[in-house]
Amino acid sequence: MNPLITALARLLIFPGVLFAVPAAWFFLWVERKAVALMQGRIGPPFMQPFYDFIKLLGKNTPPRPGIGGLLMKLWPLMAVSAAAGAVGLLPVLPASGGFEGDLILLLALLELPSMCIIAAGFSSRSIFGEIGSAREAALSVSYNVVFLLAIVSIAASQHTFRLEALAHLPASFMQILGLVAILVCLPAKLHINPFSLPNAEQEIYSGPITEYAGPELAMWELSHGLEWVAATGLVATLAAPHLTTWWLAALVFVAISFGVVLLLSAVAAATARLAIDTTVRFYWQCTLIFAVLAISSALFMRFRS
Amino acid sequence: MNLWTKLMCYCRRRSPWLFHMNGGSCNGCDIELIASLTPRYDAEQLGVRLEGSPRHADILCITGPVTHNAVNAIKTVYGQVCGPKAVVAIGSCPATTNVFIDSRTLDGPLNRHIPVDVFVPGCPPRPDAIIRGVARAAEILAERAAKNLPVETVVMPLVGPGCGGACACGGATAPEAAASEVKL
Repeated sequence: MNPLITALARLLIFPGVLFAVPAAWFFLWVERKAVALMQGRIGPPFMQPFYDFIKLLGKNTPPRPGIGGLLMKLWPLMAVSAAAGAVGLLPVLPASGGFEGDLILLLALLELPSMCIIAAGFSSRSIFGEIGSAREAALSVSYNVVFLLAIVSIAASQHTFRLEALAHLPASFMQILGLVAILVCLPAKLHINPFSLPNAEQEIYSGPITEYAGPELAMWELSHGLEWVAATGLVATLAAPHLTTWWLAALVFVAISFGVVLLLSAVAAATARLAIDTTVRFYWQCTLIFAVLAISSALFMRFRS
Repeated sequence: MNLWTKLMCYCRRRSPWLFHMNGGSCNGCDIELIASLTPRYDAEQLGVRLEGSPRHADILCITGPVTHNAVNAIKTVYGQVCGPKAVVAIGSCPATTNVFIDSRTLDGPLNRHIPVDVFVPGCPPRPDAIIRGVARAAEILAERAAKNLPVETVVMPLVGPGCGGACACGGATAPEAAASEVKL
């Protein structure tokens, strides 16, 4: 097949936009439903995130003149496109030529939505938005060290940054250690409990997105859902066994992502929000040791071989 | 109505996001509003979400008899909620100023300052009554946005203290809803 068509099909159909948007709504629903079930409630109906999205598209936004207003329209769009691009980059289907995916690009795209949220909070000029953005920045500095070290240690042990090659690794101790470290960072990356302090509801209104309304808010919701798909998809690609049948590979990918969403929702429902100093201390004191251990043993293994 | 308007109307009815504001309330109604989100009543089944920011909300829930201090805040927050929007006045205080009537610290009732869509009477109203009021407000909001109608106030019926349909009797003693709805 033409590599260009394959690349486009990946970006637009599976695992790109056409799969990612419904999957984003589905994962948002699973999160809310799982939390509701754990609290002994019934929870929202299946189509709830879709209803919310359509409703938000139909709401008015206050007029915001000038470059500030333009930026406030641009940040959510940029976050959505970065998150959708990150999902499209995941090597779910077996390769058939074309662009094979690059880990560094994927990490950059995964990081972009949180950068957009920081910028969005500051450009909204709301005091609550600025507090939320400052918290998000502090949080991002803390978890990213561990997150990047874990991914680099997996990559370093295999001498490659190509996603395709990393996805087809046989299970090893290094990979499991890296996956655990990534899983510890995911609640902070997705702003769910116990690390929900950037958008701490009721405490600082809604954090960086306090001032956003209507279609802009719909885009934030969608980008949050796409971040769920991309982050759980990254875990799924690293954890999934190598399969040559494309439908089986897709099925395993979706199943593992679903499992990770359930796990994270259970953690979110079972914990309360931590304060910023506790969070930063948790990442810098408790988990950094494991990350350093992982990368040093990866480098050690590399020099031995 | 074309297809997009119908879909929008459908989605607006199913996704009411609330912003809760205290206009000098004694906290009784505030507690009942939070109770309507707890496991026993679970308003999230109807898509209800309590939002932190008035910019995100569709329905403004106001409690309390509207003190002088609260008037400007209420007007500001009402302006911050983006349209289409609805206002639910929870409890007897925003409707009539209740036992605080003729107090010199009050500037109520609420509909002197902003248009109110649904009054949920009670001191405090039961969570079931609040949920019913919010659901009615979501319907009103969707219909009004689709047809560009003016604000029309609805008073919800009182739900008795004995039963709101949530207990073991299964709502056998719950009052009839639609018949006693009074349009002002």
